[in-house]
This record gives sequence, C-alpha cells and structure tokens, in this order.
Amino acid sequence: MAEIVLDHISKVFDDGFEAVKEMDLDIQDGEFMILVGPSGCGKSTALRMIAGLEDISSGELKIGGDVVNDRAPKDRDIAMVFQNYALYPHMTVRENMGFALKLAKVDKAEIDKKVEEAAETLDLTQHLDRRPANLSGGQRQRVAMGRAIVRDPSAFLMDEPLSNLDAKLRVQMRTEVARLQSQLETTMVYVTHDQTEAMTLGDRVAVMRAGVLQQVGTPAELYDNPKNLFVAGFIGSPAMNFMPAELKGGKLVLPIGEVDAGELAGVRDDGQVVAGLRPENFEDVAVVGDLKQERGVTFEAEVDLVESLGSDLFAYFHIESAGVESDQLADLVGDRLDETGAANVREGEEQIVARLDPTSKVKRGERAELWADTAKLHLFDPESGESLKAANRGDSE
Amino acid sequence: MGRGTSDYARWSIAIALVLVFALIPVVWLISLSLKPPDAITDQRFIPSEVSFDNYKSLFEGGIDDSPFIKPLINSIGIALITTAISIVLASFAAYAIARLEFPGKRVILAGALAIAMFPPISTVGPLFDMWRTLGLYDTWPGLIIPYLTFSLPLAIYVLVAFFREIPWDLEQAAQVDGATPFQAFTKVIVPLAAPGVFTAAILVFIFAWNDFLFAISLTSSDASRTVPAALAFFTGESSFTQPTGSIAAAAVVVTVPIIVFVLFFQRRIVAGLTAGAVKG
Repeated sequence: MAEIVLDHISKVFDDGFEAVKEMDLDIQDGEFMILVGPSGCGKSTALRMIAGLEDISSGELKIGGDVVNDRAPKDRDIAMVFQNYALYPHMTVRENMGFALKLAKVDKAEIDKKVEEAAETLDLTQHLDRRPANLSGGQRQRVAMGRAIVRDPSAFLMDEPLSNLDAKLRVQMRTEVARLQSQLETTMVYVTHDQTEAMTLGDRVAVMRAGVLQQVGTPAELYDNPKNLFVAGFIGSPAMNFMPAELKGGKLVLPIGEVDAGELAGVRDDGQVVAGLRPENFEDVAVVGDLKQERGVTFEAEVDLVESLGSDLFAYFHIESAGVESDQLADLVGDRLDETGAANVREGEEQIVARLDPTSKVKRGERAELWADTAKLHLFDPESGESLKAANRGDSE
Repeated sequence: MGRGTSDYARWSIAIALVLVFALIPVVWLISLSLKPPDAITDQRFIPSEVSFDNYKSLFEGGIDDSPFIKPLINSIGIALITTAISIVLASFAAYAIARLEFPGKRVILAGALAIAMFPPISTVGPLFDMWRTLGLYDTWPGLIIPYLTFSLPLAIYVLVAFFREIPWDLEQAAQVDGATPFQAFTKVIVPLAAPGVFTAAILVFIFAWNDFLFAISLTSSDASRTVPAALAFFTGESSFTQPTGSIAAAAVVVTVPIIVFVLFFQRRIVAGLTAGAVKG
C-alpha cells in the first residue's frame, strides 16, 4: 500500500523528443488512477517511469514517501501488467505466476499457496500447468494479472491491459479489473486510450495531451466541468458538439439562436468564444413540452441521418457555421471522425449530433424542430481553449 | 490427385539422388574400414568378409601406444572448450548488440564479419612464430585461441538474430518481477534463445572438430594434436603397408560424435518455443 507522487516529472528522449512535460500528480493510497489520452500523449511513458523502465529526466518520483528515481524496477515493490501480457513462454502458468516469488526466494509451499489462491480468484485453477501458448487471449490476460496479484505489491501498474482483447471480452475483463481493485484495495495506475474505460473504471482520471497533463478529476468532474476544449472533446461519447459563438452586449449569439450570456456578462469583453454542448442536451421539441419555455433555444434543422439504438436515438444534422479552429481539437479529429462520420460535411457547415428521446419522430432528410438546453453550455476561449467557466470560477475564488 | 502423386514421385527421386550422392562416400568409408588389411585393394564395394581389426588397431596399446586415443581426447577436449567459451562470450556480445545502443556497435559487427571472411591460412605463419615465443605451440590453448577467433563472429551473428526475435517486454516484465538484469538474461532470455544457442553451439563445435589447417600447423606431438591432423601421421603395420584401413576406421569414429552432437541438440531446437509470449 502506498501513495505515488509525481513531482514535476519530465522525460526527454535521446533524440530530444519531450514525451512528458513537468507532470504533477498525486495518487492516493488505494486509489484507482487512470491515465488517458490519445496515442503518443506520453501516458505510457509516464507509467514506465513509475515502473522504473524509463529513466526520469527531471523531477522527483515518490512511492510510499521514498524518492525512488534511482531505484531499479525490482526495488520499487510494484507489479506491472503489459499490453501484450509479456508472459514467459517457456514456463507454465504456475511458474509464470510464481516467478517473482521464486526470485524473492519465498518458500516453495508458500509460493504454491499464493499462486493457487490467485488462480482461484481469476478462475485459472484448471490451467495452472499449461503453457501460455495454449491459452486464449482472455486467459493470457488473466495470467498476466495473476502474476501481478501474487506478489501483493504496493501498487499495480497496467499498460493498456485490455486493448488486445476483442470488444466483448474487453467489457467482461473491465468489470473483472474493477472487481479486483475494489477487492485488493491496492493503489492502481491504469493507462488507456479508451475514454469509456477511463470513465467506468477510475476513481480519478488524468487526461494527457502531447506530454502535458490537462486535467485530473473524478469521471463526473471531467464530464461536467472540462477545463479546456481538449478534455471536453475527448471525454464523452459521442463527443461534445462545438460551434463558434459571439458574446455581444450581454447576449451570446449561437448559430442556433441567441441566449442570455448570464454569469459571463460583464466579466468578459465582447468577442468570439467557442460553445460546446453535449449530444444529450438536445431534444426533440415535441418531446420536451413545457421545459422549452423555461430555458434554452429552439431551432429548425435538416436531419442528415438518424441512428436508433432502441434506448437512444442519435440524430445527425448540420448548422451553418464557420467551424471551430483549435489545435486542441485538431488532435482529436481522427477519433471524432470515426464516431460521428463528420467527414462528409461541406465547407461552412458544422455537424452536430443530438441524442434524442427514442419516442422522437424525426426522420432522415426532413426538417425537424429541436430544442437545445443552453443552461448546459460549455464556453471556451478560442485562443487558449481554456474553459471560461473555470476561469470565471477562478476569478471569484 | 494425379498431379500430387507425380509431384511426390519426382521429389522422391530428387531426394534419393541427393542422398546417394552424399552418402556413397560415407558408405565406402565404412566398407573400407570393415575390410581386413589384405582385402583393402580388392575393389569390392561390399566387403566379402567383415572384420573389426582396423577398429581394434586404433585402440591397441592403450593410451600411451595407440596413435588414436590421445588425439581423440584432444579433439573432444579442444572442441568442447572452444564451444563453451565461444557460446558464453558470443551470447553476451550478441545480447548487447541486439538490445543496447552503444558507440561502436556497427564497428563491432563489421569487424566480426571481416574476421569471419579472413582467410585462416594467412594467420598460420605469424601464429606459428608467436605461439613458439609465447610457449603456446603444441598446447590446447594454442588451438583453442585461433578457433575462438574464427568461431566467435559466426556465433555472434547467429545469436544476434535470435535475440532480436525475443520481445523486449519479457525482459522488462522480469525486471519488474524482481529480477536483476543478469537474472532476466539467464532465466528468461537465454532459455528463450535456446534454439539459437544450440544452433550456434553445433556450428562452433563442428568448426573446431573439423579443422585441419591450424591443427596440423600449430601442433607437433600427441600433446595437442587433434584427430584430423593425427590421421596424416598414421602408419601401417610395417613401412610397406598402407594405413588405409585404419584411416577409414578413424574417420568413421570421428564422424560419430558429430552425429551424436547434432541429434542430441536437435531435439532441443524446438520450433515455436516463443509462441504465446505475446499476443499473436
């Protein structure tokens, strides 16, 4: 059991590439911390520095209160699960799981006992004498976890442990991991690029981009109060919709209508801002009823596509808009295209996804009257990408 | 179906031809070694009378008088020691080359290749002089050292290829599991590279076992003369008899360890040992 503290940790590779920049992170004892971000954001490098597999270029790493910068991996009392499992192919499952204990010169009977206990937790008992080559992907994954568990380390490090599994197995193993962590109550640092995994597993989630830590918080905090455009666009599926907006004389002019600028009025000068609204904050006017009288705007749009999932109905439509330009969003373009199919949007138009009530009668190719809950608007500075809400709050504190 | 059968037949014929071509001299050698001395020149492929006199004569007189026992011991000793040292050194070198970035890595590889290409004959003269000065002439180390020089590059090349195939993650997993780098190497990397290690070992052993050039030039007595060189000094029962029968018998005897060595290690070269380490 130990807390892990990253104090201004940086990693510069020999070729000059700065993979992690001045990272500060406090991981509490027993906490399930997720490092998430698109590929190449430095999350794996950060994890490998904690493990001791990469040198730390500058900064201080503390595990359980001791500075461990110069300690070898074996002296850090951590266990790691690798993306490709890294099982020893020349050893049986039993030997794989007991390897660390054998190196630590633990008594043979004690090793057997611990391995069998772990095997039972992971449902591997009947496979103990097989070799990794004869196991399925899910079984190998469980062996890799078992190898970490038997050591009873002060922290677990997991590097995208589920990314090699197929979709169904991944969901199954995800609950398995969550169960294990709550059972063991051991500090766990978990790296993933999948925001769903991050949101469902973590006590807290640290979002990274280009080597820089963007925001740390509980899944709900990240979802409700993203600190900048990147976090807003990365967390949530389908992703948040962005549109340019203008602050003018106490009013906020959106492509879909005009609303009162509220708390922002008077704090910020008139000018361009970026407005973000999550898909579930749209609704079919026919469904909302009276709520639209209280707040929000109604507008008409032509529906390009309707996807009905039974429990939800996703409507894709476009609005006239110059679009939103931001480096932070550019990093997400690939992911967003996959999710929304926004690729076929014409110039001067912005695609919007709305998650509507399944009883909605909107049809593809027809104009629909929609309502947007503007009380849930997220506003961002177009230059820095910072959330104006956060800045606002910061000022008043 | 018909096509498959005719393909099979054609391949069988081709393989049979190659086997006949390769094995006829060996069979001939065995046949010669089994003929009694007076039948050596009878020009028959299959001996009319089988006798083991030639084999007996090799070992007659015990360790002191037999012209064969001492060289056989020398051959086995020198080849085994060369193989052991060469494999240990080559695994360290190959591991470093496969895993680490260090200045001069390319120079080492290029140097190894250059040495492997170097004609051994050009080193014999200088070595003869040097070994006499240093007192290494006609000793085991006097042969082991040149054998190491020429077998190391070969072993390094074979092992580098095998080490590169082993995923980095395995070693890092071992380190996280509490292994020192040396333990990670000996307990994880070497067992996984075993097929490569045995392949290299076979090649080095055969090289040292078969060498004639250094053996004939750098030895002068049974103290270190190996079998290939000793064969050249075989004499008949009198100065008028040819030692053909004994030479043939000796040649058969020295072929046996090679076959045993290869068969022994071949069982350990288990293909696909690394399967299942990582996803795939």
